[in-house]
Amino acid sequence: MTSLLQARRLSKTAYSALWSLPLPVWLAGFFLGPMVLLIWLSFWDVKNFLLTPDFQLENWQKILTAGYFWSAYARTAVIAASASVLATLAALPCALAISFFLSPRARMVLLGLFVVPFFTSYLVRIYSWQIYLTENGIVMKLMAAIGIETGSLLNTPLALMVGLVTLTLPLVIVIQAISLLSLDRTLIDAAYNLGCGPRRVLFATVLPAARPGIVLGALFAFIFSFGDFVTATYLGGGKFTTLSILIADTVKSGQQWPRAAVVALMMIVTLLLTALASITYAYRRS
Amino acid sequence: MRVSRTTRRLTLAFTGLALAFLYAPILTNFVFSLNSDRFPTIPLGGFTLEWYRLILADALVIDAFKNTVKIALIVAPIATAMGFAAAYADYRFNFIGKRLVLVFALMPPLIPLVVIGLAMLAYLSRIGLSGTLPAIVVSHIVLTSPFAMAIIRLRFSQIDGDLEFAAQNLGASNWRAFWEIIIPSTKTSVLAAFLLCMAVSFDEYAVTWFVGGLEETSSVRILSFLQSAVSPRINAIGSITFATSISLILGAQFLVLRRLTKDAK
Repeated sequence: MTSLLQARRLSKTAYSALWSLPLPVWLAGFFLGPMVLLIWLSFWDVKNFLLTPDFQLENWQKILTAGYFWSAYARTAVIAASASVLATLAALPCALAISFFLSPRARMVLLGLFVVPFFTSYLVRIYSWQIYLTENGIVMKLMAAIGIETGSLLNTPLALMVGLVTLTLPLVIVIQAISLLSLDRTLIDAAYNLGCGPRRVLFATVLPAARPGIVLGALFAFIFSFGDFVTATYLGGGKFTTLSILIADTVKSGQQWPRAAVVALMMIVTLLLTALASITYAYRRS
Repeated sequence: MRVSRTTRRLTLAFTGLALAFLYAPILTNFVFSLNSDRFPTIPLGGFTLEWYRLILADALVIDAFKNTVKIALIVAPIATAMGFAAAYADYRFNFIGKRLVLVFALMPPLIPLVVIGLAMLAYLSRIGLSGTLPAIVVSHIVLTSPFAMAIIRLRFSQIDGDLEFAAQNLGASNWRAFWEIIIPSTKTSVLAAFLLCMAVSFDEYAVTWFVGGLEETSSVRILSFLQSAVSPRINAIGSITFATSISLILGAQFLVLRRLTKDAK
């Protein structure tokens, strides 16, 4: 009898392990493993163009005292922060329209339409923006037709923002819309009943209540813009060296992987701190 | 929300503009893939299929497409199965550190792709895998399984948790209950997750470029084309890529939405 019970319990454990384990095990092997190696790698040495396991601080010293690293760091942060603010501001009217001014059916269709571009090739969309913004491209010709002379818009901060907003806008809209849709509607009615005008309702009731979604959307936009490397390469024309470009160049052109690892770890630390700060702010009571 | 008609119209118009902004690069890409001029601008030249003919005659492009399809067809079933297992485990069992595992499983898409690329490259070359198709497959499973897990978990949250236990009380075994209750109610979302994983694998270029070495997928081929010069051939490959991922995503959305409207009835 006890053995039967034991067998039962064992099969139950086996059943739950079968489902609980595969993904965590895979990620431990092929995601956590590489990330831990990345940390170790940052202390390795390169001798005669060969990677040699070691424990020395020289890579950290070299990178953290290099002027080019800090200027790339500042540039990346400013670009990502600007893109995040722009995407958040552009997303707000859309998220409000989707959440409050549409029938449930139209709402689903529109959300669906915003999700589709997010999963299409960003690389090809970047190339399309090149076609729009380049010398004698579509934008220049259209501007000339209405009598405004512009040069090539490629390799300007504007081009970078166009690219990064293309990348992040769908995600920000969806996150904001979800948070607006889960808002307690009685709150809004209460504000109206207490005599608030529409503007007051928006700024004193709706936006503060939707703060978690707005902050999280901005955070995601920051994370994606901070890590992206094709926008600055193909819309910035190499004028804007970002941290990701630093890593890609270092890895593709030589053996200095340990220094690239230092840059990569600095990126992760920055993103973790930003995420922590934003999430704390998003859910803080006020 | 009670607002004036003008405000309503303005925000809706702005939403339309945002959609136009997001779809403009996709649309022009299709247009210029069929345009005869070598330099893509307005006014348009004549209609041509020349660019498609050129890429279909390019062995590098064909090989890249073959690789892409092969990889996606291996990645999608594995990532979907693992995503499903993790979603089901989260729905059905309680164990210590569950939240931590969940956060960990959702993390890969949030780490910059170059960082994952570098870490994967270093790791996979230590175990002698870098520069091979399996290296790309392994990384794509890491990148796509979180999407599969999220989409399937969403479906689980709509299923009554007591149903499975009720079946067991009536004498069904774990597997029988799973087969009769879990499978029928999750199969559409599993298919949706499968399509989504294929789309993500299809469009991934950064990590693939790092770990793939000389093995190219179509996205990496596009990257190489971009590094050389502007050419309408990129539009032609791009159109095929767009058509594929848009069909996959619309398919996934259709499945998820059909489920939702069915439940609403």
